[in-house]
Amino acid sequence: MEITAIYYLIPALIMFCCGVYGFITRKNMIAILISLELMLNAVDINFAVFNRFLFPEAMEGMFFTLFAIAIAAAETAIAIAIIINIYRAAKNIDVRSLNEMKF
Amino acid sequence: MESVGSIILYFIVALAMIVFSVLAVTTRKILRAATYLLFTLFAAAVVYFMLDYEFLGAVQIAVYAGGIVVLFVFSILLTSKPGDNRERLTSKSRALGLFAAVAMALMGGWALVSRCANFVAKPAMQAPDMEQIGTALMGTGHGQYLLPFEAVSILLLACIIGGIVVARKR
Repeated sequence: MEITAIYYLIPALIMFCCGVYGFITRKNMIAILISLELMLNAVDINFAVFNRFLFPEAMEGMFFTLFAIAIAAAETAIAIAIIINIYRAAKNIDVRSLNEMKF
Repeated sequence: MESVGSIILYFIVALAMIVFSVLAVTTRKILRAATYLLFTLFAAAVVYFMLDYEFLGAVQIAVYAGGIVVLFVFSILLTSKPGDNRERLTSKSRALGLFAAVAMALMGGWALVSRCANFVAKPAMQAPDMEQIGTALMGTGHGQYLLPFEAVSILLLACIIGGIVVARKR
């Protein structure tokens, strides 16, 4: 049995779809952020897989994944700072009940 | 041809990735969701190791599993009391989410499976060693990444300052 690129792409696709489902259905802001991380990770895996299977002599996909991981870390830190600030102001991080900009 | 061990490892990792990502978005308790996310990230790191990107796998474990998940757990414990985080889903939002996810899975799966014959086995590759990676990160020539590297460092600095400004007490 040969493990071709599709054997890696299908789990990544399912992971991405789980992220989409969680992003739509979750109410807690941190849970939404977790779904976002799932989607980002699925895309990272795709970059690495296409780099490895189609262009094994190049390193573009690997570096794209590296920079994507760095940017995802920065984005998560800022998002969590904002969420903690919202919690301090509203005592609540449920997106359905946060419909005012000013508290 | 793959060895039997790598095929078994592949199936374990793929199954873990699918099961834990489904659990991460369906579990009611948010702390468990963060734990399942951690397992999914570990599975992704194993995928990078199986693709011979050792540096990428190490970065994935260090940054995601070591940094981001700890940040998630801290903020979960800061913002929710244990026990009261069982969120009820309305059937409308669940139907909408299921529709979006299944539609996307069907479209992407069809696009992938219909091109299944074009995918070939893993070509031989010299795994990129640290010298190559360092040269590519620090060079300015073709296929070298000094400018994005510096841009990411500026981004991280802005992120540090922004995090302090946003989250400090007034």
